[in-house]
Amino acid sequence: MSSRKKILNAIRGISREEKPLPSLPDYGVSGNLEEAFSQSILGNKGEILTTLELEAWIKEQRFEKVIALAAGFEQYSNFETPSDPHELDDLNLAILEGQFGVAENGAIWLDDSQLKHRVLPFITEHLVLILEKKNLYPTLHQAYQKIGNEFSGFGLFVAGPSKTADIEQSLVIGAHGAKSLRVVLI
Amino acid sequence: MNIHSPHIGLFIPCYVDQFYPKVGVATLELLENLGCRVSYPMDQTCCGQPMANAGYERDTIGTSERFIDIFGEYDYVVAPSGSCVLHVKEHFPKIQGKEEAQHQLHHKIFELTEFLTDVLKIDKPTGKFPHRVGYHASCHGQRGLRLASSSEMNISPFNKAKMLLENLEGLEWVELSRKDECCGFGGTFAVTEEALSLRMGKDRLEDHLAHEVEILTGGDMSCIMHLQGIASREGRKIQFMHLAEILNQAMK
Amino acid sequence: MSHPQAASEFLKDQAKAKWHDETLWFVRDKRDRISKSIPEWEDLRNLASEIKDNVLSNLENYLVEFEKNALKNGIHIHWAKDAEEHNQIVLGILQKQKCTAIVKSKSILTEECHLNPYLEKNGIEVVDTDLGERIVQFLNQPPSHIVLPAIHLKKGEISELFHEKLATEKGNEDPAYLTNAARLHLREKFLGAKVAITGVNFGVAETGEFVVCTNEGNADMGVHLADVHIACMGIEKLIPRRADLGVFLRLLARSATGQPVTNYNSHFRSPSPGKEIHIVLLDNGRTAQLAREKFRNSLKCIRCGACMNTCPIYRRSGGYSYGSTVPGPIGSILSPGLDMKKHSTLPFASTLCGSCTDVCPVKINIHEQLYEWRQEITKTHGELGKSLSMKLASALFKSPLAYKISGNVMRSALKNLPKSLIYHPINSWGKGRNLPETPSESFKAWYQKNRS
Repeated sequence: MSSRKKILNAIRGISREEKPLPSLPDYGVSGNLEEAFSQSILGNKGEILTTLELEAWIKEQRFEKVIALAAGFEQYSNFETPSDPHELDDLNLAILEGQFGVAENGAIWLDDSQLKHRVLPFITEHLVLILEKKNLYPTLHQAYQKIGNEFSGFGLFVAGPSKTADIEQSLVIGAHGAKSLRVVLI
Repeated sequence: MNIHSPHIGLFIPCYVDQFYPKVGVATLELLENLGCRVSYPMDQTCCGQPMANAGYERDTIGTSERFIDIFGEYDYVVAPSGSCVLHVKEHFPKIQGKEEAQHQLHHKIFELTEFLTDVLKIDKPTGKFPHRVGYHASCHGQRGLRLASSSEMNISPFNKAKMLLENLEGLEWVELSRKDECCGFGGTFAVTEEALSLRMGKDRLEDHLAHEVEILTGGDMSCIMHLQGIASREGRKIQFMHLAEILNQAMK
Repeated sequence: MSHPQAASEFLKDQAKAKWHDETLWFVRDKRDRISKSIPEWEDLRNLASEIKDNVLSNLENYLVEFEKNALKNGIHIHWAKDAEEHNQIVLGILQKQKCTAIVKSKSILTEECHLNPYLEKNGIEVVDTDLGERIVQFLNQPPSHIVLPAIHLKKGEISELFHEKLATEKGNEDPAYLTNAARLHLREKFLGAKVAITGVNFGVAETGEFVVCTNEGNADMGVHLADVHIACMGIEKLIPRRADLGVFLRLLARSATGQPVTNYNSHFRSPSPGKEIHIVLLDNGRTAQLAREKFRNSLKCIRCGACMNTCPIYRRSGGYSYGSTVPGPIGSILSPGLDMKKHSTLPFASTLCGSCTDVCPVKINIHEQLYEWRQEITKTHGELGKSLSMKLASALFKSPLAYKISGNVMRSALKNLPKSLIYHPINSWGKGRNLPETPSESFKAWYQKNRS
């Protein structure tokens, strides 16, 4: 007998009381969504920037390799997205569009349609996400309602820069992935 | 005392009977002074908790059955111990043929604090106790009987012991750094995991000492016996009283 | 080594034990604060618990549904009845890819299967990429905590280790410096790996997708650069609906570390063009646990580690004192199901304080199950003497006369025994604690005199 069959048969052989699947309530957050979202991003060690502040920051940094896929920000691109994602290793900055954000925790949803390579938001040294203010939702409950059953091979909630506290619980930003996350609300 | 008032069976845990008779006396006097009709059934014994917690619940059928019989006639059963009350409620093995009596016992047995607040509905006792008091929440009372909201949960804070004590004239209720951490007594744990038990007890005691507690109180003498044992060994200047003793003394 | 022995060892380094306690308490405190910022927190716990109850009562159907949907999405599904088969499946995939070096993000399941030593024995280099896991891997140790794998180590120890392994400056203990050294070291590994292994936080039956949560981004760095992604998943990790993720992701990180969400929450539904995703579904004792009614709901666990952080025993005895892959309270109710004899002391490594139960985001009645395991263990592994003495005590307390006599004897004995005997080192009560002063009479005697 295959292990599949063995496992499924073993489970079928266990008498269990039927337990109903609860329906999911729609919890919100109190207060202003933009304010709550911004606080969440700051708490996750990200930053909130205006378009002007972003422009100034990029000017000042003079990054060698920038990929900007977000609509309206393509002018910052100075590097053609390679076909092999390994060549993104020394990418300085990726500017991507977030589909929507979640106020309670700062999570921003992206899927394959925003990512030429799935590794892009991780491998880049710095990450900028562009998000429309109207696309903010109170909690993850509304976020998953919004995602619905839409198909994407890969989907990601990113809520901050790469971080770790594995050495004596001291927070360090920039473990393996992006060393910073900047969010521009438009 | 009103002969028609409900009859309370006083359950005095075995170690209280043997080591802390004054806690039994205080409990009895307190209830009597509040107008209760109280009797102490002379033939009561241990509730069987030490055996059950050591993994031998199945060997406590005899003691449990006996307990159900002895306390069957009373309207309420009250004990100055959250731990023993929890054991009676949760860990008595099912006794065949005594299902109804066992069910009734489950609903009529109370730890002293909750009996005062929930049954006698005392919320602001009058009395005087001019001391700095630290409260040790025994886990079985706290998380087992829900005598206070546990710090882990997001529910409206409450504490039945605090409700009773904080209005006593002159009493300073001390807030601890870790208000409901276990003291490490844990019954047989106190001897099988001696090193850990001691460390936990020392840490708990330290919290009270750091907050300049004058009298450490609680609803379970087992935890207090453990903490007092450490304090006495280390020559710490801190007194220990059961909640019943404080209330009885203050309200006299 | 039994738990009490290991705990005594751990407590010998008092300063470190105190640090360990305080550090984990800090994490719990953070969790307390953030959970109280969510008004519906207790409702979420109830929902999560009910969803998992539903999963366990219909597990066979959800597994079939998950498999069907995952296959439709182009994911390969493998079934493993035990750790051995799991490891063989993983090795088989690696050999087919002619792969000799892999990167692996945190997966307690692969620890449970002892995958690393198995693969290494078969000539595969395994690199754990979570920083904490890489640290303990360098030391040839297992994680001591399921969320904070290196919480038992001080930065001085890590600094020395990195000096030896990664040629960092001697004596530089700055966590940011050490983390950056690991970043550079692991970046090479990510870029070179053809196959990446991850664990699975949640599998969604209705979509066939699975979710992996990290803060470091190490899982994603691995899998998106590799050609093949192997996800190792316990059969209990399923949830029915995508929308259920809303409940679980709201609870997971807040319970684990007190943060509102992990910084990366990746949903894998189908492979990128030209790449492969494999899921290995593992039983390894889970169906046996499902069959044990009293212990069934231990399978609800989402591995947040909150019960470890809150446990006054865990904080003061460290993860290794448990000698099981999953330490702490949840480990103490899971492990006896895998090997009762080996883990027979674990359910006793608790005061049954119940903090684990109140902190658990899926409302597993952990301390009640610890109590139940005690009842099971004494049936098969109780020492006869202990059993007899307990029976004796039970009989003693059953007879009021015997109880009275014994009480009197006990009190007078305590009074008359020389101190040296009471506080003899073998008397573990008396080692660090005095006994209560013995009163002149019992309550019973007082009552007889004064009330009857």
